[in-house]
Amino acid sequence: MNKILVIAQHNSRELSPATYRAAACAQAIGGEITVAVFAEAAGPIAAAAARLDGVSRVITIERPENAHQLAALLAPQIAALAPDYTHVLMTSTTCGKDVLPRAAALAGAAMVSDVMQVLGPREFRRPIYAGNVIVSVRVPGTGPVFASPRAASWRPVGNGGEAAIEPATLELCLPTHTEYLRLEQEENDRPDLQSASRVISGGRGVGSTENFKLIYSLADKLGAAVGASRAAVDAGFAPSDLQVGQTGKIIAPELYIAVGISGAIQHLTGIKDAGTIVAINKDPEAPIFEVADIGLVGDLFKILPELEQEIENPS
Amino acid sequence: MKILVAIKRVVDYNVRVQIKRDGSGVATDGLKMSINPFDEIALEEALRIREAGTDTQVLVVSIGSQSAQQQLRTALAMGADRALLLSTEDESQIQPPLLAHALLKLIEQESPELVLMGKQAIDDDANQTGQMLAALWGRPQATFASKIELAAGLATVTREVDEGLELIRVELPALITTDLRLNTPRFVKMPDIMKAKRKPLEIRPLVELDLEPTPHLETFAYEPPPKRQGGHKVDSVAALVATLKAKGVIE
Ligand SMILES: Cc1cc2nc3c(=O)[nH]c(=O)nc-3n(C[C@H](O)[C@H](O)[C@H](O)COP(=O)(O)OP(=O)(O)OC[C@H]3O[C@@H](n4cnc5c(N)ncnc54)[C@H](O)[C@@H]3O)c2cc1C
Ligand SMILES: Nc1ncnc2c1ncn2[C@@H]1O[C@H](COP(=O)(O)O)[C@@H](O)[C@H]1O
Repeated sequence: MNKILVIAQHNSRELSPATYRAAACAQAIGGEITVAVFAEAAGPIAAAAARLDGVSRVITIERPENAHQLAALLAPQIAALAPDYTHVLMTSTTCGKDVLPRAAALAGAAMVSDVMQVLGPREFRRPIYAGNVIVSVRVPGTGPVFASPRAASWRPVGNGGEAAIEPATLELCLPTHTEYLRLEQEENDRPDLQSASRVISGGRGVGSTENFKLIYSLADKLGAAVGASRAAVDAGFAPSDLQVGQTGKIIAPELYIAVGISGAIQHLTGIKDAGTIVAINKDPEAPIFEVADIGLVGDLFKILPELEQEIENPS
Repeated sequence: MKILVAIKRVVDYNVRVQIKRDGSGVATDGLKMSINPFDEIALEEALRIREAGTDTQVLVVSIGSQSAQQQLRTALAMGADRALLLSTEDESQIQPPLLAHALLKLIEQESPELVLMGKQAIDDDANQTGQMLAALWGRPQATFASKIELAAGLATVTREVDEGLELIRVELPALITTDLRLNTPRFVKMPDIMKAKRKPLEIRPLVELDLEPTPHLETFAYEPPPKRQGGHKVDSVAALVATLKAKGVIE
């Protein structure tokens, strides 16, 4: 039987949605699922992990070095656990991307990035070339399979489970060459881009930071998260953690509204799994219209105020 | 100091690739090829560190077929001091674990204080090689860098993470992978291309490194992604809102 190890992701306080998605991928592989929580104090994180559907065991590895999820420190611990498992999974968030390949290399394994679909215990589908090609890959051999589920491909599992929580200790000397300094975060109380069911993104066409308020305002009306194209981020209209696309966030909201975004391949990669895509662009030839379920050609500065109006008081 | 920059030859990011008719792979013949965009940023950063005044040598390395000489020449024209091609015609096994082992051998020979590479190759989109290499090397990694400050044997790196910007400090030697906002690479000028012809570009067969077999993945199918049926347009804001309501995506 498969023995699957899911590495919990968290911010020291809460279990992150990424873990719920990794658990879904683990269920698709099938087998006994263990979640490992590396933290300084695992308490509430482990408790949430124990409730994940399909999980039979949670192990906690508490030590001060695990406070900040640094790859150089987590990887040797994951590699030390790996021989007891057939699979090691960590969702491909920036944290998962940082940590898991390092652990795989220490364990002498190859790794499958961005798993979209499980074909068999050692066979997976994943995107390459910014999602323009989907490949099926096989992991030869018999050692543990290291794989990162692609967040947008997996629906979070529910939390009706009741797994046992077991503290574990790993006698490992960890390196001291890496020091965490701080996280700089733009505070806002809008829904989180990666888990929001509605997202409004602005592109270069929005023109300025000042004009981006139009995007925020519409987002507030719809209870949506805000995203941005790379061009908008590079121009300083929006912070970098709002970037959607190949090198930003891959998202799958029910509704995605792209405003003043042309629809470069790298941007489209980030929204392929969205439910309904709406495009607002003044150029009728913009490539975004080829993928948009609903397109509206016109000047965003005219359309956005009208749209807010129409949502409030339909004509 | 010595900086090693790893660059990959990839299909240019503006080109939309197709799958071969027989489904056996991606058709790349005749397409425009370039230095992987993230690697160009890594090289630019190395050049800026050198230009900031430290006595620095920049070595670029690529692993792949003979045609990668072209990208190495471009790297020399941008300003790299030396280039090395680890050549192999069997490209199926050029995957992150093999790359990491090969680059480790090179690190053992060259002893760089800094290794700069891209965060991901835009063809395989693996995002693994830097992390694997740092692991085997037993040195710190700072991935997805959008700012690098070097001082007294330490690198303070700003990393683009999902939650915002994370700052970490690592001891050198270290490995750093680049994100897009780290810098904007310079354009290559004609005289630099001429000058680059005289710079050293060494070619060594990869087999000479005598690597142990490394684990790798086998790809057994290539398919196009499911196509989205887009293209429908409405002609007014009222029609847009009505359509969204009809679909049930807004109330
Ligand atoms: C390796 C690599 C990775 C990348 N990763 C990403 C990524 O993750 N995400 C990403 O987004 N990009 C990414 N890019 C960049 C991408 O190639 C495009 O350059 C970028 O997406 C363009 O952003 P944009 O659509 O906002 O700007 P533009 O392409 O300049 O489009 C602006 C659009 O606004 C429209 N417009 C202008 N004014 C108005 C108006 N008043 N009303 C209505 N419409 C208007 C224009 O018609 C135009 O279509 C990447 C590029 C590379 C090389
Ligand atoms: N064939 C190669 N030759 C040299 N460097 C490479 C090669 N493939 C990948 N790299 C480096 O590893 C980084 C990450 O690639 P990947 O892990 O394949 O996404 C790239 O940005 C390059 O810096």
